[in-house]
Amino acid sequence: MIGSSATEPITVGLFVTCLVDLMRPTVGFATVKLLRDAGCKVSVPKAQTCCGQPAYNSGDNPDTRAIAEKVIEAFEGFDYVVAPSGSCAGMIKHHYPSLFANDPEMRPRAVALAGRTFELVSFLADVLKVENLEAAYDGIATYHDSCSSLREMGVKEQPRALLAQVKGMTLTEAPESETCCGFGGLFCVKYPDISGRMVDAKVDDIIATSADTLLSGDLGCLMNIAGRLHRRGSNIRVRHIAEVLAGMTNRPPLGEPVEKEKPRKEAG
Amino acid sequence: MESTTAAFRENTAKALGDAKLRDALSKLTDGFPASRREAIARLPEFDALRDAARDIKDHVLANLDFYLESFEARVVEAGGTVHWCRTAAEARTAILRTCKTAGAKTVTKGKSMIGEEIAINEHLEEHGIEPVETDLGEYIIQLRHEPPSHIIAPAIHLSKEQVADTFRDKHRHLSPGRSLDEPRALLDEARGELRRKFIGADVGLTGANMLIAETGSIVLVTNEGNADLTYSIPRVHIVIASLEKIVPTLEDATTILRVLARSATGQEMSVYTTFCTGPKRQDDLDGPDEFHVVLLDNGRTGMLGGEFHEMLRCIRCGACLNHCPVYKAIGGHAYGWVYSGPMGAVLIPGLIGLEEAGHLPNASTLCGKCEDVCPMRIPLPRMLRTWRRRQFERRQTSYPSRAGLRAWSLIARRPWLYRLGADIVVAVLAALGRARGRFRWLPLAGGWTQLRDLPAPEEGGTFISRYHLGEHGDGA
Repeated sequence: MIGSSATEPITVGLFVTCLVDLMRPTVGFATVKLLRDAGCKVSVPKAQTCCGQPAYNSGDNPDTRAIAEKVIEAFEGFDYVVAPSGSCAGMIKHHYPSLFANDPEMRPRAVALAGRTFELVSFLADVLKVENLEAAYDGIATYHDSCSSLREMGVKEQPRALLAQVKGMTLTEAPESETCCGFGGLFCVKYPDISGRMVDAKVDDIIATSADTLLSGDLGCLMNIAGRLHRRGSNIRVRHIAEVLAGMTNRPPLGEPVEKEKPRKEAG
Repeated sequence: MESTTAAFRENTAKALGDAKLRDALSKLTDGFPASRREAIARLPEFDALRDAARDIKDHVLANLDFYLESFEARVVEAGGTVHWCRTAAEARTAILRTCKTAGAKTVTKGKSMIGEEIAINEHLEEHGIEPVETDLGEYIIQLRHEPPSHIIAPAIHLSKEQVADTFRDKHRHLSPGRSLDEPRALLDEARGELRRKFIGADVGLTGANMLIAETGSIVLVTNEGNADLTYSIPRVHIVIASLEKIVPTLEDATTILRVLARSATGQEMSVYTTFCTGPKRQDDLDGPDEFHVVLLDNGRTGMLGGEFHEMLRCIRCGACLNHCPVYKAIGGHAYGWVYSGPMGAVLIPGLIGLEEAGHLPNASTLCGKCEDVCPMRIPLPRMLRTWRRRQFERRQTSYPSRAGLRAWSLIARRPWLYRLGADIVVAVLAALGRARGRFRWLPLAGGWTQLRDLPAPEEGGTFISRYHLGEHGDGA
């Protein structure tokens, strides 16, 4: 691992993402743990909010730029910036530079940040080359490839390689793991009927695998799929992959109440 | 053709409620992608061919005037005529004039999306000329007075039972007791009907998959051979093509052919690939006496050099439709005009206006699958975002959306305000959602909770607050 062999530990700024910050802090803590265990010095700038994607995908470029400037400012000075989301990391990596294409002051800063920004799972596998994870998980999991992780950030084999290190876990592939779940940010509330058809197809595909756990690297997709699984009465457990890799599965799965879950069942 | 694109929501609701359509779409969107995958697996250089095909089109688009003039010169040398048309109306006029000069009563037609774009059938009918579609799918939807629902499989929304009903209704001269249960019987019946039309037609109107500058040839790609009977039997052949169909050389055309059928249907080649150059020569045994190419702009030159420039690389293979999860959910008719799927959502606003087609660029998750499979590597998601940006700039985005975005952005730019609001909202939602861990209903979240539960936030506060209070998060 880079951090353990270098004299100075590499510094990582954690861009935790607004969904994790608000809905699922455990993913943030799991991310910090994974990065520290791999030898990184992790900082969590307080001045972070959102990457600006809702505005960007709604065509509101001026507001997106205003938000992006804040992000760029807050995350300068780290060796790397890591987000537990392909979608938010993809926004910073691919869309910030083009947003500032005509801004000679901001453009180099956006490009520099883009070059240092990674999605968590690929950062662990490709940059830190994490091996021998300590985690254990009792269950059969299937992994959903989020669109931005897969197609913007090139994440495909990395989560599978890392999950293969988790003791007690069986990974089973869903045939349509690469098909969009229908979340799409504001799309799912603007066109709920189309989104509903898409998430139903996704849920059918997941249920057909007989897995008892669904994992992915993007909380937006997970909230969408978990929400539909629950509405259809499924008891498939839904977690962000970071929780499992970090062995932090004491909290109940996404959308499950605290009382219902027996912590010892899947303690890592 | 009249557009129903503005009624996208109604179109969508209707499509989602149609069980037959759902079956048809799932066959299409399972079948074509699987065949494509297999075809590509057999051709290791497929991605290199995509790059080459893209580069050919980029080169053509940068030198369009040169290649178009060179194409025209070769067509004229071969004895044909090129009609330059800026608008759909000019193209309709050129075609009608040529048909009238030929004294045409019946025009057989090969499948052409440009024909749909300029609504040539309606125009010919209005002037007493009978257009007859000869592609099986197009023939079926012409009988039903429907637009195509897919650019290469226009009747894909129909089941064979629906087609049998249409044939019984329209082919009244045939025995009512005949069996139409098997697809073969439907095919034979259409073939019998069309054979008479082929023989009697005065003009054959085809599209073109490509125009070749170095030879003045046009390329026709079909699986039914109908285009060949359409152009070769009548006395006059009219080709209707938009000007970005041009490629420099025969060699370039074959490069594009290698990615076209594989991307479309997973075939290595379509069953029929025909190169037509000019009218019948003195010693030729058959072929038309006249060869006309109607070259249509209809807004394309306005796209050159702009934000939709790369869209002019499109070869109309349909791969983006076949792989699009939104298209799979709603089918082609919901888009309300000639084109559909991701390429339609990019093209239609430019052709009929963003006001009318405002839903199309928004009804996408930007999942990126379309760009991933596009043989010409067209950045379709980027273009959908470009339309959204233009809507926002023109204040065509709905007021609640704009207001919501404004509010979110004001908060997101002020971390202290964001933290304050986030801590309060999260505390309230976590407390409310404690018992079940999720919500079945929440005010203002109807779009979400209509079909899904909403997971409740974790108890204990936001990550940033908890982290900076020194928590490590490993307790339940």
